[in-house]
This record gives sequence, structure tokens and C-alpha cells, in this order.
Amino acid sequence: MKALNRSFLIILVVSVALLIVINRLNAAQGFSGDNTLTVYNWGDYIDPDVIQQFEEETGITVIYETFDSNEAMMTKIEQGGTTYDIAVPSEYTIEKMVEEDLLFELDQDKIPNLQYIDERFLNLPFDENNRYSIPYFWGTVGIIFNPELLPEGMEITGWHDLWDPRLENQILLVDGAREIIGMGLNTLGYSLNDTNPEHLYETLDRLEKLTPNIRAIVGDENKMLMVNNEAAVAVGWSGDAADIMWENEAMDYVVPEEGSNLWFDNFVIPKTAKNIDGAHEFINFMLDPEVSAQNTEYVSYSTPNKEALKYMPEEMVNDERFYPDAALTDKLEVYENLGKENLAFYNELFLQFKMYRK
Amino acid sequence: MQNKTFRHLFMLPYALWIIIFVIAPILLVVYFSFFDINGNFSLTNYKNFFTATYLQMTLNSFWYAFLITVISLLIAYPTAYILTRTKHKQLWLLLIIVPSWINLLLKAYAFIGIFGTHGAANRFLEWAGIGSRQLLFTDFSFVFVAVYIFIPFMILPIFNALDKLNPSLLYAANDLGASKWTTFRRVIFPLTLDGVKSGCQVVFIPALSLFMLTRLIAGNRVITLGTAIEQQFLVTQNWGMGATIAVFLIIIMVGFMALTSIRRRGV
Repeated sequence: MKALNRSFLIILVVSVALLIVINRLNAAQGFSGDNTLTVYNWGDYIDPDVIQQFEEETGITVIYETFDSNEAMMTKIEQGGTTYDIAVPSEYTIEKMVEEDLLFELDQDKIPNLQYIDERFLNLPFDENNRYSIPYFWGTVGIIFNPELLPEGMEITGWHDLWDPRLENQILLVDGAREIIGMGLNTLGYSLNDTNPEHLYETLDRLEKLTPNIRAIVGDENKMLMVNNEAAVAVGWSGDAADIMWENEAMDYVVPEEGSNLWFDNFVIPKTAKNIDGAHEFINFMLDPEVSAQNTEYVSYSTPNKEALKYMPEEMVNDERFYPDAALTDKLEVYENLGKENLAFYNELFLQFKMYRK
Repeated sequence: MQNKTFRHLFMLPYALWIIIFVIAPILLVVYFSFFDINGNFSLTNYKNFFTATYLQMTLNSFWYAFLITVISLLIAYPTAYILTRTKHKQLWLLLIIVPSWINLLLKAYAFIGIFGTHGAANRFLEWAGIGSRQLLFTDFSFVFVAVYIFIPFMILPIFNALDKLNPSLLYAANDLGASKWTTFRRVIFPLTLDGVKSGCQVVFIPALSLFMLTRLIAGNRVITLGTAIEQQFLVTQNWGMGATIAVFLIIIMVGFMALTSIRRRGV
């Protein structure tokens, strides 16, 4: 008992000592108040050199923290106790955050570089007039495939190819109700924001016929699985595709010809922000065409900054897989907030689809 | 008199603990289960639960938890028995328990590598002349990994029960002419039944609500109630339905506890 008490006391003393040291260190480096900026972003989603450049130019110290899902990010901001000045949620989360009053309105006068953003990506339904958000990167949902593992002579151009019996047990799907139900709706020629129950049941029927071809329904593991040649085909985001192609150049990606989802990750200033001026400065800096070009080359997602394209290597800009032409872009749709009840219905159908056995 | 007050005072932390971390959460779960997605009081969640999807899912969860428990028991009992007969039994026991210190997720990721098409397991199968086959994302791999994870929890209580067994009882059985099998069936097993029961409880109950493994190892080809709860809370944010599923999970667990803690008269 004595030993237990003593070890308990030691742990307590060490913890307190560490806390004091951290506090001292922070104070010594000036990590408090106006000259720091806490950026809350997805993992590996910014060029570290760009942050350094920003720090040198403005004298603001950037604290960079990462999250791995919109839900986790939102929960952390909702709970408070954090001081995030910038966060980078996806579009459907922005709608939710606005509803819950978690975001500050942006002062667009402080972001003159907004002029470089392509008009196609401004004033979208999830945030009209960009009152709360500025697009950071965009992308699509599509088909990632390994040509070496495809059956001889098979080409993949759209969703309908996934139902090909030659792909038996070869497809990895991403574990997301909106993505997979949306894929089914697009295959049948409906909008991926369709809420007509008849269309949705028809979609479920169609998706269940895909079951023999499905190897697994997974999350972020799909990258690792594709790189390890675990399956020939995966349905996923263009960003994952870029990562996979970075690991294995033989891989390919296609934006399905039937249409698909267009997604955005966007800068917002959450209500937890302490350095609002700094946050505006940061967003403006990131929209600078040269900075944006450098950052895009590092992250390799698609940039909405049309001026930045001029500073980027041509083969990157002309890659139709990541910058699809106008005809295809017209078929891409942004997820609309369908409301809780429809979302629940989507999820119910997705659960039924997952339950369906061969 | 003072003694009694003191005793009550000492009880306070435990009582608080039970109220805050056991009773209150269960009451909250039950309370939330009566609200539909729009926050209105209703029984829709219960109505939804009694549809084919959720009943099938309950059956699935039950079946896999049952399989995992039975297989764990079949492996754990002989292991525990052999352990009690070894020279350095505490050391062996420690070696069996050490893997359970490693994070579950880490072990799951390791198994993705081992069971992969080009993983170690398949290379072995090829070398053995059986030929490679799909291991990952099958029922087999799901049950295998789950059993691997739960086995230490099954071995421990059985080991303790066997270890406490008075050896003179075995000598007596031997003296009275019982064969080894009869000794086991009539003496050893009944006397260690309590260990077996608590082992089964410790394995069956968490196995019922497994959810990370269903995605990582079974690739969502196995859908359990745990998966549905996760989806309802995190994605749909329909807390009511998630809570309703949890209520049924709790009912099944309580039922299982009751079933395994009935003491036969005379034992």
C-alpha cells in the first residue's frame, strides 16, 4: 500500500512539473495571444514549407493540428476548450456547422486573393455567397483501378462497368452511405441528391446485384489494400486515388461518365478562434497563386485557384482525371443537405445493402 | 453507531461511482431510445427495430458471438489445463497475457497484412502446397481474429479455477477407480464450472458488440449490432435509434448473465 501511495504521488508530481514546463516553454516562445495561429486540418494536407513561409512573412507562429474525420473535427469544436483559428471541413459539414452556429462570418475585404478562385467553385448551395467558407481543394468520387489486375481487354469508363461479372470479388467500396447510394443513383441516371423513395428502392435493388463483385466495404484502409494489390478496383475519392498513384504509378483513376460527386474542403473560422485577423491573413496567403501552386504540387489534390494553374507543371493541369473537362464537370453534383430524415433513410438503405449476402 | 456512519461514508465513493458510471448511463440510453430523429417522444425506434434488417442483424451478432465464445472455450480449457501442469506456470501465463496489452487496432492492422492476398499466411499455404486463397474479408478470418483477441480473457478465469482445485480430490477419484475421463467429467469440470462461466461472460458480452473488426477484418461482410450503433451515432446522428439498439443489446447481455449465473442446487 505504501509503495502504491508513493508511486501515485510521484506520478502526480511529475505531471504537475510537466504542465509547468510546458507553460513556461509556451510563454518563452510567445505561444499565446495574437502572434499564434492554430490551424486544424486533415493529416498531411498542406506543404510544411508553405507554413514556414507564412511564419516568416507575418511573424505569426502556426500551430498545426490534424483530424481524420469531419465528425471528429466538429465534435471537438462543439465541445469547446480548444482555440482553433482555422478549420478545413468538407461542404456538408459546413452546413451543419452553420446550423449549429459554430462559425464566424468571413470578412471578404480582408481576403482580396479571393478573386483568383474559379467562379465555378464560388457561391455554391452549401454556402451561398461564401459567407462562411473559402474552397481549399476539390475533388471527385470515382473509380481507382489497377490495370494490371483487370481482366484482359477490360476498360473502365463509368459506374456500369463495376457490374461486369468478370470483376467478381474484385471491388473495394468506401464505407459511406452518401457515396455508395449516390453511385447507385448515378448509375440509374438519377441525381445523387434524389430523395424519391421509389428511386431509392430501385437503387438498393441495383446495388444488391453488385454484391458478388464486392470484396469488402472499408474506410481509409482502401489505400493500403490497393497498394498491396488486394483488389483490382476501388470506389473512392480522387484524393485517395492521387495517394495510391503516388505509391504505385501503374494505378489509374477515372471520373465515371454517368456523373459523380464533386466535393470541397474549405477554410472556415470556427467560433473557437482567438486570432481572427491572423486567420484572415492565413486564408489570403493560402490563396496567393504562387503559394497555392506550390501547395497543390505537394498535396496533389485539385486546386480551385485558376491563377495557380499557371504556375503548375502542365502535365498536372492537363490531367483530365483530376481536372475533368467542362462536359464532364457539368455532370458532377455537390451533395446537398438532405435533412436528417432523408439522411437516416439513406443510411438505413445502406445498412440493408451491407446486410445483403450473396 | 459511529461505526455504522463510518461504513456508510466509506461506501459513498463506490455508490457514487455506480450511480454515475453504471446506472445513469443505462437510464440515459433507455431515455434516449424513446425519441425519434426529430426529438419527438415516440415508439418509432422500437417499431423500426422489429423489422427484418435489425432482427437479422441481432441474429447475426448472436451467432458470431456464440461461435467466438465456443471456439475460445474449446481452445482455452485444454490450454489452461496444461498450464497448471507446467513447471513455470506463472511465466507461461504471463506470456499468454502479454499480447492483450497491445492495442486492439494495432493487432487488427497486423492481421490485414498477414491475411492479405500476398501476406504471410498465404505464402505459407502456397509453400505447403495448398495454394493461396482469400482469407481477408471472410467469416473465417473474422472469427479467427476475434478468438485470438479474446482467448486470454477466457484462459485466465479457467486457469484460476483449475489452479485452486484441491489435488487430493483427484487422488481420491483415482483411488476409487475412476478413469481419467470420468475424473475429468465428474470431478474437474464441475468444480471449474464457475471459471468457465465467467470466461464465457467476459468473451460473449464484448463479442456481441464488436464493431471495428467487422470493418477491418471482415470488410463489412459481417454486420453486427455494434456496426449499426456506430453508424446511427456517428453518421446518421440518430441517437434515438442507436440507443434503441443498445437497449436490446443490454437486454441480451442481462439475459446471458442471468443464464450463466444460475447455480444448480447441490453444487
